[in-house]
Amino acid sequence: MVLPARADGIVTLGAPRLVLRDISRQYGTLQALDRASFTVAPGEVHALLGENGAGKSTLMKIAFGLERADAGTIMLDGAPITLRSPKDAMRAGIGMVQQHFALVDAMTVTENVALGSEGRLDLAETDTLIRRIADDAGLPLDPAAVVGELPLGARQRLEIVKALARKAQILILDEPTAVLSPTESRELLSWTRRFAERGGTVILIAHKLREILGVADGITVLRRGRTVLETRAHDTSEDEIAQAMLGSAGVADGRHTNRRVAMAYDAAPILELRDVAADDERGVERLHGATLSIRAGEIVGVAAIEGAGQFELLRLLAGRITPTRGTATLPERIGFVPEDRLRDAVVLDATLLENLALRSAGQRQGLMPWNSLRQAAIVLMRVRDVRAADPAAPMRGLSGGNQQKFVIGRELDGNPPALVVENPTRGLDIRATQDVRNALRAARDDGTAVVVYSSDLDEVLALADRIVVVAGGAVREVPHDRDVVGRAMLGA
Amino acid sequence: MLTMARRMVRPLLELLLAATLAVAVLAALLAGSGYPVGHSLGALWHGAFSSSSVIASGTLLRATPLLFTGLAVAIAFRAGVLNIGAEGQLLLGASAATAVALAVPPTFGAGGAVLALTAGIIAGAGWALIPAILRLRFGVLEVISTIMLNSVALNLTGLLVRGPLQETTRTFPQSALIQQALRLPRLIPGTRLHVGFALALLLALGLGWYLRSTASGFRLRMTGANPHAAASAGEIDVRRVTMMAFIASGALAGLGGAVEVTGVTYALYENLSPGYGYTALAVALLARLNPVSAIGSAVVFGALEAGASAMQRDAQVPAGMVGVVEACVILMLLASEWVGARLAQRTSLNRGAPPRRMEEDADHQSPNAATPALPPTP
Amino acid sequence: MTAAPLADFLDATVRTATPLLLAALGETVTERSGIINVGLEGTIIVGCLAGLATATALGPATALAAAACAGIGIAAIFAFIAIGLAADQIITGTSITMLGLGITSTLYRVLYGDTGAALSTPTLSPIGIPLLQDLPLVGQALFRQPLPTYLAFLLVPAVWWWLYRTHLGLALRATGENPSAALAAGVAPRRLQVLATLFGGACGGLAGGTLVLAQVGTFAEGMSAGRGFVAIAIVALGRWHPIGAAMAALLFGMASALQFLAQALGLDVPYQIFLALPYLLTLAAMAIASGGYRAPAALGLRPGVAR
Repeated sequence: MVLPARADGIVTLGAPRLVLRDISRQYGTLQALDRASFTVAPGEVHALLGENGAGKSTLMKIAFGLERADAGTIMLDGAPITLRSPKDAMRAGIGMVQQHFALVDAMTVTENVALGSEGRLDLAETDTLIRRIADDAGLPLDPAAVVGELPLGARQRLEIVKALARKAQILILDEPTAVLSPTESRELLSWTRRFAERGGTVILIAHKLREILGVADGITVLRRGRTVLETRAHDTSEDEIAQAMLGSAGVADGRHTNRRVAMAYDAAPILELRDVAADDERGVERLHGATLSIRAGEIVGVAAIEGAGQFELLRLLAGRITPTRGTATLPERIGFVPEDRLRDAVVLDATLLENLALRSAGQRQGLMPWNSLRQAAIVLMRVRDVRAADPAAPMRGLSGGNQQKFVIGRELDGNPPALVVENPTRGLDIRATQDVRNALRAARDDGTAVVVYSSDLDEVLALADRIVVVAGGAVREVPHDRDVVGRAMLGA
Repeated sequence: MLTMARRMVRPLLELLLAATLAVAVLAALLAGSGYPVGHSLGALWHGAFSSSSVIASGTLLRATPLLFTGLAVAIAFRAGVLNIGAEGQLLLGASAATAVALAVPPTFGAGGAVLALTAGIIAGAGWALIPAILRLRFGVLEVISTIMLNSVALNLTGLLVRGPLQETTRTFPQSALIQQALRLPRLIPGTRLHVGFALALLLALGLGWYLRSTASGFRLRMTGANPHAAASAGEIDVRRVTMMAFIASGALAGLGGAVEVTGVTYALYENLSPGYGYTALAVALLARLNPVSAIGSAVVFGALEAGASAMQRDAQVPAGMVGVVEACVILMLLASEWVGARLAQRTSLNRGAPPRRMEEDADHQSPNAATPALPPTP
Repeated sequence: MTAAPLADFLDATVRTATPLLLAALGETVTERSGIINVGLEGTIIVGCLAGLATATALGPATALAAAACAGIGIAAIFAFIAIGLAADQIITGTSITMLGLGITSTLYRVLYGDTGAALSTPTLSPIGIPLLQDLPLVGQALFRQPLPTYLAFLLVPAVWWWLYRTHLGLALRATGENPSAALAAGVAPRRLQVLATLFGGACGGLAGGTLVLAQVGTFAEGMSAGRGFVAIAIVALGRWHPIGAAMAALLFGMASALQFLAQALGLDVPYQIFLALPYLLTLAAMAIASGGYRAPAALGLRPGVAR
């Protein structure tokens, strides 16, 4: 079904396709959703916005049958519907691409698409189906490829093809551009427009306003589990949405504040790489001929598309891997804040005290100085505003923002000469993001050499005094200019 | 001070609860299969606790190998090493100790006993080195490899007692008796309890201190709780810690085997162990992988096994019933862990601590997913 | 050397491999769903006793079914604790083995007295397939076997077809690799894991029944004699594939049968060597294959967050 489009590209809206009314969901004492509502029409690209923790993902997981609502109704094409599991949702034509892809790495693209469907299992037929959908939608995909070997962009295409193979008419995409390069993001967003023009419905869960405003027809904003704004994109402004997301007490995004003008050119180099190469875990060379010098008192931003070699560059600079060629001159101690906090930075089942003691545990000899560590933990919690009862509290009980503040505090404790951070604000709400960025700037002002990688180019631009780009395993410095950096990331 | 008291009291309460559960299950089983409940339980009590000499010669004697193997399991699991091979490591330790004890001249005296125990330690550690290398070098799951090595060890022991270590008449599948001078001295005169028990106690206390207070013990715990964070944030050599945990675990189980032959049986038999290495899992689990608490849980299971022998002798109750009781206790502990986790979740919410964030945890499989929940320490 | 010892050797190979294959096929399915049931040893022995207890009253064929049901029963306890309550699978499985061994020895004494008098049941007689059974050398081994042997070897292609040619099989394999992905694709992973565990229990019970009803004809305490652990080794050696399991089971059967051959040939080699050899072979094979085939990615993992 093709809906008539108006001249300005906004589809005329008929009866609503999917309505979520007065949805509530409680986890323990946390009211994740409080009578939230959401309406989307056929042929519409609809943005669902809100701070992290506002309930966006929970609401959409309810629409996809992954979570159950405590109260409220779901209407599809005007009739109430019960969604007990993703299976029910898929039968009703609802598909979802979650932020963490739900794919089986050990299986092929074909098997992943066939998974969960019914009737006779015919992989050859599924192959044909994938090729047809992929051609049709302009989402190139090799059915025989093993998913574990695919880049992230291809995995996302696979998730979309999976949903389309189930004849999804309503497609929910949770933070779809988070893992994509700028070009891939543009392609994806323009695909959502095409899908909508053919009568499909796309729901984009997002937090980057600018990107979304260009593509969305309708906008819903959640704040603390409630729907606070439902509007048409052309009737609103970036300011109005930001206001709705943050509430009246919202803090302004200090994106371009605080940038240092005076560079520390005369300061001593702290981290130095000279013609360095490095391999990944499988022994494949991911970085070569990298020469880089980072001085005390500057923040060097690293920009790169997924898999360009920045992962290895950061670990080299943090002293976590050794170069296969060339020389790396590094200080004794370097703070490191890895991207995957729950996996690489904290021990959830240990206390805050133990998590603090983890730093430099590899070199420690003899007995654990628990008493002095406890004092240090109390100080750290106060200085970094980590909200927890006491140092004996388990890390698991802390929110993501508090965990990250703790990790940064731990890595900066004792003023190390250098700090390497990777996607420091991913998954944090706006307040915690501000706290983290301010902590990095403060460290720089105290004379620490700071290296920041973020997959969000705006974050790199906001934080960095100098910018280096990693593309195809090569490292080079580029001017502080969005367009130049963007081109360099693509190897231009 | 209060937390200190709580730390002491809670494990004791849990032990009491487990012991009560065990007796309740046993009573139900006895009643169900038509044995006189009172008489049988009386026999159990008699065999386990009726006098100080029964406690020493029965309960504590039986608890000794359980404590060694229980410590072996606890230390491995704390490091994230799922060593199910304590049974095999114990058998190897017993075999090596016997071989050495039979080979040294009587003039060595106590030195010979030390030599035999050392051989047990080395053999147990060496046997654990196989799954360690298989895991670290080849990525073979230690759960599977240690189970297989248990079977190999059992056959190896069978081979030894019918071959090179067989007694001189070549009639029975067992070794010759270890000479008097090399046997472990009695801990309490007039009982069968030997100094091996004291050794196990010291090791349990020492390991408790090691895990809590030393940097190396801290590395071991962190490696078990999250190896990725241990390597990245702690710059811990995780492979080294893992290897050490395998070796230490095997050494403890091997020492347990050596103590058993030099302290109790004085000879190597094929069926030396009635499954100590498996009951050890129950011992370690009941102790929540805490070495000091393992003393208590080893005594509980030791009492159960000593009492079971008496029940079989005096009330003709099949000893196999104890296996059922042990299994039921573990299963109930596992179930209570689940209930406990739910309760803890609820109370932490009531205290207003922020709950886990669903969005972040949605796909997160806890890295120590295969090990039981660890208590937060210290 | 005459052909007779060799024919007997092949016959013994297939015969000893049968219960191992049955148990291993069930465990293969269980492990492919991400659940490792170390309680298989206990499942087998429960099947042994159930088979014996029902054989005298109901006849051997019904007794096989009873053995399978008993296996399902004890696997259900495992499934409740390890899947329902998300407890550690290894510890649960170990206690299930303890439970099975303990409960059978207790029940046996309760039912048949303290003497444990050798209670015997007639074994299932071999069913010969006309003409084929007269083939030289392999006739007896392949075409003159009791019912469970045919059943076991017919189960191999059946399980293969089910795992690789049906949606349910695909869903099961996906669950063993990534349960949350399976869930998001519309599969009910927990339910599949429970079903796979119960299937493994049925096969384990059947293996025990086979041991009593087709081979030994009586019950003895601990008569499973580690076959459950052997089956777990077979699953690994067979690389979590039914056809691999069949070949690995035959290899283990051959190793046990070798001792009879050695005896027949008058060689004095300790039998323990033949018994230990397959384990060592499995360990070596797993080490060598480490780069290629691997265990299901989610094998033995507890669900991270209770949903």
